[in-house]
Amino acid sequence: MSDHITEIVVFTFLFLLVSGIGFVAARWRAPKDMAHLDEWGLGGRSFGGWVTWFLVGGDLYTAYTFVAVPALIFGAGAAGFFAVPYTIIIYPIFFLILIRLWSVSHRHGFVTPADFVRTRFDSPTLALVIAITGIVATMPYIALQLVGIEAVLKTMGVTGDSLLARHAPIIIAFAILAAYTYQSGLRAPALIAFVKDTLIYLVIIVAVLYLPYKLGGWGSIFDAADKKFQGTAAPGDGILLNANNQIQYVTLALGSALALFLYPHSITGVLASKNRNVIKRNMSALPAYSFLLGLIALLGYMAISAGVKPLPGAKEGTVDSNTVVPLLFDQKFPAWFAGIAFAAIGIGALVPAAIMSIAAANLFTRNIYKEYLKRDATHAQEAQVSKIASLVVKVGAVAFIVFLDPQFSIDLQLIGGVIILQTAPAVAIGLYTRWLHRGALIAGWAAGMGLAFWMLWQIPNAVTKRAHFGGSAFPLSEFGFDTKKTIYVGFVAVAVNLVVAVLATFLLRTLKTPEGVDGTTPDDYFADEGDPRIDKSATPVDTVSST
Amino acid sequence: MAEPESPPTPARSDRSPWNWLLVIPIVVPLLTPLFNHDSPRLWGFPMFYWLQFAFILLGVVTTSVVYRMTRR
Repeated sequence: MSDHITEIVVFTFLFLLVSGIGFVAARWRAPKDMAHLDEWGLGGRSFGGWVTWFLVGGDLYTAYTFVAVPALIFGAGAAGFFAVPYTIIIYPIFFLILIRLWSVSHRHGFVTPADFVRTRFDSPTLALVIAITGIVATMPYIALQLVGIEAVLKTMGVTGDSLLARHAPIIIAFAILAAYTYQSGLRAPALIAFVKDTLIYLVIIVAVLYLPYKLGGWGSIFDAADKKFQGTAAPGDGILLNANNQIQYVTLALGSALALFLYPHSITGVLASKNRNVIKRNMSALPAYSFLLGLIALLGYMAISAGVKPLPGAKEGTVDSNTVVPLLFDQKFPAWFAGIAFAAIGIGALVPAAIMSIAAANLFTRNIYKEYLKRDATHAQEAQVSKIASLVVKVGAVAFIVFLDPQFSIDLQLIGGVIILQTAPAVAIGLYTRWLHRGALIAGWAAGMGLAFWMLWQIPNAVTKRAHFGGSAFPLSEFGFDTKKTIYVGFVAVAVNLVVAVLATFLLRTLKTPEGVDGTTPDDYFADEGDPRIDKSATPVDTVSST
Repeated sequence: MAEPESPPTPARSDRSPWNWLLVIPIVVPLLTPLFNHDSPRLWGFPMFYWLQFAFILLGVVTTSVVYRMTRR
């Protein structure tokens, strides 16, 4: 531990600094009345261009991404680079589709995607399905942020062997996070994101200039990686894609992009911005993070070239490949700068973890508590319930990490991406047309979920020697095709989901099943800041007037 | 549809032919045959990597153009 003392001091100092910022954030752009979900859960819906850029960037590009993507590149090569096309194609999709969700939410005071679905399809049941899917998909994602911090702590050697010693630093870190999120709501991650992203950009710019110089240039880094992959027995790796994993690469990039825009935390980040132009402008500015992510991904190759050996995993005989980037920094950077780099990753975990817990708490409050438990809840009660729910969500995430194998969280996150994609027909297509029947959407969702779980169950993992939930690349030979090609599970499942929804819509129309009343007008999807109708409107179940 | 209040402003829309430009950055990064090659290398980067980095710029340019042309 003593040889890491400088790193630990720098890390702790920066961590405490942002914790302080988190608590002060409650007073930043302070509203008259914080006891309202719009204030606590959406930062007053008032964020301009810069804040939105930092907030959404800090939200979408999580610490786990920064640790896991290079780990994937380190292990499998080119296949892990899907993160770059993935984060290119989300922005045009946001630009076209999510902007409509912002407008309709602004007009009706929606806080969650399930709020929208409820009003659009006049179906609390469908909204409940969307809300539960969102919460279940988000929980393991929060847990994974802890995996990001843990990789850093492990490298610094501050984690002991006993159950408590191994997890004590993480429990403390999350307790602090929970406290300031409770107090400041979305303002805390918005303010901390400034520090986090400044540190991340600093570290990565230094890393991509300094490390190739130490390792003999980019050409030799790629050659070293190529040599390593040619020496391994695994068929799927290499610095280029091969004939069998290209469909997987494409469908994973596209599927992940669609999933990301349906995740409750991305929607929370976008709904917090103040008008349509802020969002549209950010779609041209946010790709700066994709550039950063691509460079971070290549740290995996630098780790190969530098001969990094990952630390042992939780179980005997396994390695924790998430430690490759922290180890690379530890070995190649001076201690004080490695400390800054570790702090960047650690703080990088706090921003998305806070936003995700707020998003999950909002779903619970709006679509379960208010819908089923207390219909006449006031705004103050809503905000209070959401604050408490955010604490519960975080305790749950810590429990995941402490009591379960971290691998389990990774599996769940994999499943999370697949299941959140099953809300696409209701949320994304719902923004354009109400043609699909509400009952058919539920049927399609059920079919998609069922198929997704069956497919994921079938996938073994050769590296970890597990028979089920071994990844998201489904061999097409299982469907009877004579090929070694693989495809992304979520993509197949959402396609089936959509087909079932269309067929069931025809069936329900024929049976003249009631379709409910659309609570939105075509105009709502283009509403902007200062819309004269906003004051008149209230959410359907609101009883107390808002500001 | 059945809102009783009549909207005070004329029907809005954000329809524009410029929006079709956004199909480019969605489709091009998914065409693997376009970039799944080692050479030509650029500053030591195989084509697979530098071309996908270049697609980020393609995305930025197209969204910026569409934003400017559709701004009211």
